[in-house]
Amino acid sequence: MSLTFIIAAIVTIVGLTTPILLAALGELVVEKSGVLNLGVEGMMLIGAISGFAVTVITGNPWLGVLGAAAGGAVASLTFAVLVLQLNSNQVATGLALTIFGSGLSSLLGLSFTGRIIPVFGSIFPASLARDPILKVFFGYSPIVYFAIFMVFVVGWFLRSTRAGMILRAVGENDLSAHSIGYSVVGVRYGAIAFGGAMAGIGGAYFTMVITPMWAEGMTAGRGWIAVALVVFAGWRTGRILAGAYFFGVLMALELYAKAAGFSFLPSQFWAAMPYLMTIVAIAFISAREKTGSSAPACLGKPFLASS
Amino acid sequence: MGKLSRRNFIGAAGAAATLPMLGGPAFAKEKMKVGYVFLGPIGDYGWTWAHNKGRKQVESELGDQVETIYVENVAEDASAIPVMRDLVHQGCKIIFTTSFGYMDQTIQVAKEFPDVKFEHCTGYKRAKNVATYNSKFHEGRAVLGTIAGKMSKSGTLGYLGSYKVPEVVLGVNAFALSAQKQNPAATVKLVMIDSWFDPPKEAAATETLINIGCDIVTTHTDSPGPLQILEQRGLYGFGQGADMSQFAPHAHLTAIEDIWGPYYVERVKAVLDGTWKSADTWDGFKEGTVKIAPYNKAVPADVRALADAVQAGYKNGTYNIFTGPIYDQAGKLRVKAGEVMADKDLAVIDWFVKGVESAA
Repeated sequence: MSLTFIIAAIVTIVGLTTPILLAALGELVVEKSGVLNLGVEGMMLIGAISGFAVTVITGNPWLGVLGAAAGGAVASLTFAVLVLQLNSNQVATGLALTIFGSGLSSLLGLSFTGRIIPVFGSIFPASLARDPILKVFFGYSPIVYFAIFMVFVVGWFLRSTRAGMILRAVGENDLSAHSIGYSVVGVRYGAIAFGGAMAGIGGAYFTMVITPMWAEGMTAGRGWIAVALVVFAGWRTGRILAGAYFFGVLMALELYAKAAGFSFLPSQFWAAMPYLMTIVAIAFISAREKTGSSAPACLGKPFLASS
Repeated sequence: MGKLSRRNFIGAAGAAATLPMLGGPAFAKEKMKVGYVFLGPIGDYGWTWAHNKGRKQVESELGDQVETIYVENVAEDASAIPVMRDLVHQGCKIIFTTSFGYMDQTIQVAKEFPDVKFEHCTGYKRAKNVATYNSKFHEGRAVLGTIAGKMSKSGTLGYLGSYKVPEVVLGVNAFALSAQKQNPAATVKLVMIDSWFDPPKEAAATETLINIGCDIVTTHTDSPGPLQILEQRGLYGFGQGADMSQFAPHAHLTAIEDIWGPYYVERVKAVLDGTWKSADTWDGFKEGTVKIAPYNKAVPADVRALADAVQAGYKNGTYNIFTGPIYDQAGKLRVKAGEVMADKDLAVIDWFVKGVESAA
């Protein structure tokens, strides 16, 4: 196993991980504010087609990423109005958003099927980005660096900023936060929109970076892995990064095991591995009282201020 | 619920039966309706796209006598049943169900409506009013294998499969055997991704195959994603189901195109003439169901000649890649020298030939 082989494998793993990481970071902030949004898959699809469409129309992938973020955020706001203003059930509304997103993205995508878009150039000089060894650091799309950067931003925001503490307070005890004068609904609107934007960029990674094209249902269930990852990581930013790469490694391992001809396990077992590990991890976490309690106390509960 | 829908069905079937009696002559000039049940969106640039092209040919050739109706994105589960019933209630006299997973549902609905003809694609269950049809995609794979075997520098070829079903196994074997005719040392690295359509996973699997040394990768999954990866790496691949050259102008050496139009026209005509009979049709190059897209300019003249010879051989019946001796992965002789595998054995094949390296 040579160094170039390992580096090529790492590049594949980064590609598999980045969209999940982005969507999971967004969902973390949403859940920290006390809202459970299961519509990640739908928002990713809307972001995927928005980013692709904007890039087709403007010819500029940077504007495409902004379009993807906007598309995801707008989609998430339909969810926000229903659960924050009308106090609808968050689980049911989130599922509806996933179904809605998959249908709407198909409709929007009709005139974009089979189109080709300009892709991001490297942000580093070609001598670094193309180097068979150094490309492990410099050879990625700008979205990859953005995702890593956002791990630190989200971690810092939740831990060390006043706004982040207010957000957490809203998620832990909405009535107390309300009684000392914070706008619970306002904070949650912001969190949901951020989650939508991040899911949108995650979705755009599929249509703009991995395989620059649009096809219906492109995300193929990655949004659900992102939702699971937030629980898997026990609502902690650093563990989301680790967990996302753990999933990425598992997915790559499946492909390498198959390609190398390891036949001691059926291929379906490898394909089920990330989901199996999710169940194991969730069971493990909830069995340990201390880590289990790191879920925001108000997660999934509607906020009824007047009562 | 089940009772209710059955009663509805009986009522509707009764109405359908009495209607022609009541207004026979008035209906005589109505166009006959033809129904299609599609697996994916018609814009998938692959499987469903090709079936829809066939449907359009029916419209253009028989448009004065028939009208077509289609339903996209129909899941391969119980939800296909009401879709088929609805097509019958809309007046369809023949319905094409275009994926393997509709097999039992087609048989069930066909029992309810004995006067309606059904045609199920890639299945093996037939009835008096259910015919089956399929394409010998593997003949096209023999052409791709010939090109790949001749053009690969490493002799290590990548193959991205979906599931271990006969259609896929045949393709892998035809590809490997024909590549080995050009380069006896050629091996095929096979990865099954357990999906027909998952662009990110197809892309990652393609990267994996490249990383373990494959310089040509072919796919039996439906998206152009792998071709885009090969284009980025300056390597070669093939389109699946349709000409995908627009996605990878340099990497796309050629493609297998599925041509369903002539079959659809013939079968719809048979219903119009009253000569339709249940049958099992498995056509290939000879009948025009399998076609090879134009070659990329990267394919040298001598390779083109070899590929053309395979096509010509299939058209005039002198070539069959499943001619012995054929050994399986374990080195066991499966087909004796000079013997040709029969279609009925091909249709249920579940073993890979020598030189295929796979975990499946």
